[in-house]
Amino acid sequence: MISLLKRTRGGLTPDDRKSFARTEPLWNAAVPSRCVVPLLQHVGNPAQPVVNVGDRVREGMLVGRASGAMSANVHAPLPGVISQQVSLTLEDGRSCAAYVIELSGEFDRLGKQLDPIDWERKSARELLKTIRECGVVGMGGYGQPVDRKYSARRGSGVDHLIINGVENEPYVCADYRLMMEMTDGLLEGARVAERILRPERVTIAVQAQRTDVRSRLQRRVRERGLGYFVHSVPAKYPQGDEKLLTQAVTGREVPGGASPSDVGVIVSNVATVYAIYEAVVYEKPVVERVITVSGGAVRQPANVKARIGTSVQELIAECGGLQSRPEKIVLGGPMMGHTISDVTLPVTKRTTAILALTAEEIYNGPRTACIRCGRCVRSCPVGLEPTTLYKMLDHGDQAAAVAAGLLDCIECGCCGFTCPAHLPLVETLKRGKQALPRRKGTA
Amino acid sequence: MQRSGTNERTERDGNGRPRLVRTAAPQYHEKIATHSLMWTATLALLPAAAWGVFAYGPRALLVLLLAAVSAVTAEALIARSRVTLADGSALLTGLLLGMMMPPAVPLFVVVAATLFAIGVVKWTFGGLGGNWLNPALAGRLFVHFSWPAATTSWSLPRTLGADRLPGLNLTVDTVTTATPLGIVQHAVEQGEALLGGPAVYLTSRGFPRSELDTSVTTWLNETVLSQFGAHIPGGYIDPFVGNVPGAIGEGSAILLLLGTVVLFARRVITWEIPAAFFTTFAVLTWAFGGLAYGADGFSGDVLFHLLSGGLILTLFYVATDPVTTPMTTSGMLLFGAGVGLLTFLLRTYGGAAEGVALAVLVMNGCTPLLNRTLRPRRLGERRFRLSRFLGGSSEKSALDPSAGI
Ligand code: SF4
Ligand code: SF4
Repeated sequence: MISLLKRTRGGLTPDDRKSFARTEPLWNAAVPSRCVVPLLQHVGNPAQPVVNVGDRVREGMLVGRASGAMSANVHAPLPGVISQQVSLTLEDGRSCAAYVIELSGEFDRLGKQLDPIDWERKSARELLKTIRECGVVGMGGYGQPVDRKYSARRGSGVDHLIINGVENEPYVCADYRLMMEMTDGLLEGARVAERILRPERVTIAVQAQRTDVRSRLQRRVRERGLGYFVHSVPAKYPQGDEKLLTQAVTGREVPGGASPSDVGVIVSNVATVYAIYEAVVYEKPVVERVITVSGGAVRQPANVKARIGTSVQELIAECGGLQSRPEKIVLGGPMMGHTISDVTLPVTKRTTAILALTAEEIYNGPRTACIRCGRCVRSCPVGLEPTTLYKMLDHGDQAAAVAAGLLDCIECGCCGFTCPAHLPLVETLKRGKQALPRRKGTA
Repeated sequence: MQRSGTNERTERDGNGRPRLVRTAAPQYHEKIATHSLMWTATLALLPAAAWGVFAYGPRALLVLLLAAVSAVTAEALIARSRVTLADGSALLTGLLLGMMMPPAVPLFVVVAATLFAIGVVKWTFGGLGGNWLNPALAGRLFVHFSWPAATTSWSLPRTLGADRLPGLNLTVDTVTTATPLGIVQHAVEQGEALLGGPAVYLTSRGFPRSELDTSVTTWLNETVLSQFGAHIPGGYIDPFVGNVPGAIGEGSAILLLLGTVVLFARRVITWEIPAAFFTTFAVLTWAFGGLAYGADGFSGDVLFHLLSGGLILTLFYVATDPVTTPMTTSGMLLFGAGVGLLTFLLRTYGGAAEGVALAVLVMNGCTPLLNRTLRPRRLGERRFRLSRFLGGSSEKSALDPSAGI
């Protein structure tokens, strides 16, 4: 409770607009008759193709093998035949090859009762291997391979595992439904992660206003005799960011350029932990995930469990279709997500949400000169001065921008969201960061 | 493809589906924009401006219109190709300036003030967002020092001077008077003891009071205040409503406060500056304000000072100008406290009725310094590092104006 009294700096309390989809239970989206499986659903290099056009694949079969430590395996979400290999441009602008799978044949897993594996007898190394084979990546949107994150830090002073259920992008509530409905799988996944990392403490962080999740988690943690803490963080965006969450839970600050593991903390999203559970306990690769389909243009906003590779338009149709003209369709949350222009794009392991936003929801004002109001400065959760960085980058002075903290920017979007001059602050900062020479470990 | 331009671009997919806009994150925006801030502030000022027109007649309307038109014209001529009229900032400056003028001010003075505000203060620094001083205030002070007599002769409002103002007469009552604050300060300079406080002194000098003031004061004393054993002298209700000689738009405290509610509700202004300004000024006035009148400490008349000399207008509409005030919370608090302190000093010891305007301008000048020294602490940065406060020797100071402009 004390944490609620602690001052959190910056950040915003945007209208969270979650009520659209939050109360309805999850359902399984219809299995598509055709899916498009990109070989790039993670941060690193695209996976290497291991099947050919014309091949028959089984559900969950490996179709792309990780190439490099930051890459991850990709599996077939459907049984069927690979009908073509296409080239896709993903929502974030990166391109990759993708397999088109036409559904045919038997489902090996769908609807079947699977037998849990006695994972507790396995070593941490074996567990990590299973996680890698199943292609588990950070499912909060970033897509870093989990085995990489966990193995690099094992035994190097990580003493706190934070399971991140603070889903504070407006509209998005997939993790909320997951925590409510898949609580036991989540806790089992947490045990696996605990087993691998051996932290002194495990904390599950949730938003303060979600008291139902909090009490549900607390009850199950108690009933199962787990010593996990359930921690509420203020309902402020972007408290769910790794670094800010680390600070909110442990009080440790993560300096610019560092990651939470540098201060002894590993943060994993609840969807990731659930994927770990399925991978380790059922050897099930990541072929589906929970996705929020919402926004003012969607008729029945909902959270659905969808197969990877299902197209955006099918999932919107699953939720009653569009009721008005969307101005934008966004993959991910409205603060950090990407727009798409092609609704046949597939959802991937990283897609937390599909939002069809109307023009009124977006509010697009005219751009003016900076009026030095300082709203961006006061909203920045990591203490930067976005207006200054913007002006420096606008004048091509990258060195000054770096000295003023450009690399600390977590790209949360707060400054851009609140700027009355409607300056492209976040976009400029991101581009400024990308233009810098690559630094070690950011590949 | 996300990076192809800073502006959004539209695409249509081959199947004739609705075109979807592609933009960089964040994908939606708070309902706020420069023009909405400016226009909301303008609208919030209108009730008080309307009161000025009611109180001083068509002449006041003429002054307001002239100020607005010349400000907008100056902006249009200087900005030319740049589309800056729509943001409403020039109109706001003009309106504010008009509202700070005495109703009988010569019209050329109004034009001079707006030309100075827009042409010199605003545009020599590059227009909106570039200026360091608040244009309206600077314009007001410029004419104050250039034509002191013309800008400090005040007229009695119609509500006090009965029917001395025939309907469409464009001249204002030539019987000039002084503002309550002016009278009090004059008395203080003469070394008179203002026993009983400024309101009582004014009454004793035969300062006009409306019937409204008398009846409301009586009513308040008899019903509400008597229960607490309190009693107020006459003379507070008039300035609250606007029955007081002064600038066109500074008179009506209640209508200005009404507009302030709108400013807060629409998040045009934030609490930091008004709160720090008010608290500092009120505490100092209460503690030491009485000394100048020959009274004891802790007896200053905060209400009188709050209701006079355009304090409310400055507190909520001028000192909160985004452009000329600091960006960080701590900077804004310090700015507000500085204005409060200077206003108190100038009013009490400087004898300047326009103390509050000067105070804000001085603090405007300190804003770059405040921005440079009160930088936010970066996540992971040491809590107290000297260079943070000195503007950084190891790092280039982020808010150094030379880096930004
Ligand atoms: S929020 Fe926008 S207008 Fe305000 S200081 Fe920052 S960049 Fe300038
Ligand atoms: S996007 Fe970067 S600069 Fe802007 S508020 Fe977030 S962390 Fe600060």
